[in-house]
Amino acid sequence: MNSSYAVPAVALVVVATVLVGAFGLRISRTTSDFYVASRTVGPRLNAAAISGEYLSAASFLGIAGLVLVQGPDMLWYPVGYTAGYLVLLLFVAAPLRRSGAYTLPDFAEARLASHAVRRLAGAFVVGVGWLYLLPQLQGAGLTLTVLTGAPDSLGGLIVAVVVVATVAAGGMRSITFVQAFQYWLKLTALLVPALFLVLAWQGDGAPRHAFEEPATFREQRVVRVDDSLDLKLDRPLTVTVTGTVDGRTHDDARIQLPSGTHHIERGTRLTFAKGSTVPAADRGTNGGMSTSLAASREERPLYATYGLILATFLGTMGLPHVVVRFYTSPHGVAARRTTVAVLGLIGAFYLLPPLYGALGRLYTPELTLTGDADATVLLLPDRMIGGVGGDLLGALVAGGAFAAFLSTASGLTMAVAGVLTQDVLPTRGVRHFRLGTVLSMAVPLAASVIVGGLPVADAVGLAFAVSASSFCPLLVLGIWWRRLTPPGAAAGMLIGGGSAFVAVAATMAGFPGTGPLHALLAWPALWSVPLGFLTMVLVSLATPGRVPTGTEAILARFHLPEELRAEAKA
Amino acid sequence: MPNQEPAERRVVVTGPPRRTRRASGYYRPRTEIDEQTTLGHTYVRSLMRTQLRAALAVFASLGLLIGPLPLVFAATPDARRLEWVILGFCLYAPMVLLALWYVRRAERNERDFVRLVEDR
Repeated sequence: MNSSYAVPAVALVVVATVLVGAFGLRISRTTSDFYVASRTVGPRLNAAAISGEYLSAASFLGIAGLVLVQGPDMLWYPVGYTAGYLVLLLFVAAPLRRSGAYTLPDFAEARLASHAVRRLAGAFVVGVGWLYLLPQLQGAGLTLTVLTGAPDSLGGLIVAVVVVATVAAGGMRSITFVQAFQYWLKLTALLVPALFLVLAWQGDGAPRHAFEEPATFREQRVVRVDDSLDLKLDRPLTVTVTGTVDGRTHDDARIQLPSGTHHIERGTRLTFAKGSTVPAADRGTNGGMSTSLAASREERPLYATYGLILATFLGTMGLPHVVVRFYTSPHGVAARRTTVAVLGLIGAFYLLPPLYGALGRLYTPELTLTGDADATVLLLPDRMIGGVGGDLLGALVAGGAFAAFLSTASGLTMAVAGVLTQDVLPTRGVRHFRLGTVLSMAVPLAASVIVGGLPVADAVGLAFAVSASSFCPLLVLGIWWRRLTPPGAAAGMLIGGGSAFVAVAATMAGFPGTGPLHALLAWPALWSVPLGFLTMVLVSLATPGRVPTGTEAILARFHLPEELRAEAKA
Repeated sequence: MPNQEPAERRVVVTGPPRRTRRASGYYRPRTEIDEQTTLGHTYVRSLMRTQLRAALAVFASLGLLIGPLPLVFAATPDARRLEWVILGFCLYAPMVLLALWYVRRAERNERDFVRLVEDR
């Protein structure tokens, strides 16, 4: 791909982010501005900011890549991300704003008057936040590598530096503007190329076989295998090989591979004839964002789909960067309306990735082999349109992708830094907040350099599963159930969230291998969420003496409309 | 009158009746809520119940909308394009409508509650 337009586009996005942040900084005058934008952000600006923050690398690049590799089943991800906001609206939005909690630990302390529960919630926030930051940095690295061939960690480093600079300098007021700006940038960056791509598709005779299995090459195509991989063939395949297959070296030789598994060494060039089927790469051997734990359709039972649905529906409310934003609404009613606007904005955005996924299956099916499926969105304009137009559109997409990394990463950094400042660092204050910002970005950056290829879908899925099994019970029961006790909340979070964490960690370490146990551990939400709820309820019922005094008054504050409460204070 | 016993003096004390808050004017649930009496808590609980009912109703609709879809897709493995169209493009508008419905209902519940306790 031609990088002479893409690099300036990425640079432009970075500069614009810093400039908009600086504009926010100029009007960010008070400490209250800094932390919560003085709670005066109107629904429209706030909704754009929330959406901008929420639409991460996984949404911008990952979904199209997943659809390309694994078919339309993967569209459950965006559906779940959106429905998660609906569930958040139903059970949490207005009471959470009225609770006056700035972070999840604040909520835990306000509701349960327990410092221990607060610390536990803080630990979970930092953990989930770091898990979610990691794929953002890796995605940035991948994008820059695809665009320019720069080393893997450079993109992540750029994102980290820009985010720390904007967040530490301007705080909440400044990133509200930055993120609102980035939502519209991201939408434009997908929408405009999509229009041209659809036109190109129509000019191509509107082929419709996108989801016929298996995918086939539309023209002769040379694929360079960058990382060694195993090919699984259902039927014999004729291919021209330059390089090493199954230990035998070929030089531009046309060979027929019998069905079965074949090992392709890195650096091998495979030339596929027009109309030949695209072979499936064995999962786990090739990295990238779109590789998932329970990968192929056959290995992913119905159970996994329901597990994914439950995790995303209930996990959204517990994501640390989501909660922080609610406090910037002026009151509970505004918080609700903001959430509806967010639903509309992210719903509109999610209409686009499925389009890219389907076009990717038609025009770039070989990306499933090279392990760069996540680059589908970046490469399609060049592949389908080509020329200067294709380069310009590709540059627009690249800029949008960087906006995605920047905005989600700044929201997460803001949230994690908030917790670190309040609960870990010795004294409070804006200066320590800045120290917290650096800390909260340094750890995932170091991890992304050290650990390397943790697939994005997995890291994001893990974050959702842990959040759904720990914070969802805490928020829902805390808001609607008056008999919740501190020991109950702590036990529920530890057992629900802890078991989800252990299950996915075990799967990543490759512990159970295959079979039903593997599915149970790879998609834990279906049992860990009920477990979290049940533990919280049972332990609370077993410790009735520990119900905090003043629970009634706190619940009244959560649920009474502001107009009643304001007079009550007067 | 020195020889008159104090007990025999009967004095009728008159005056405006002492204004207790409870008896003042009309009945005011507002006060009950502000002072966190048992009755006040009952009011708050009734608001929570109506709000929870509204949330659960919309949640159930969402479940009915989404819940059967994986089963349908699993039953028709050949209709991949249908799955792509439904998951990709047909679910977001209904979700926004559900959200609008819920917000209207929740705000109406709150208005009704304010009217009730303000006794307007």
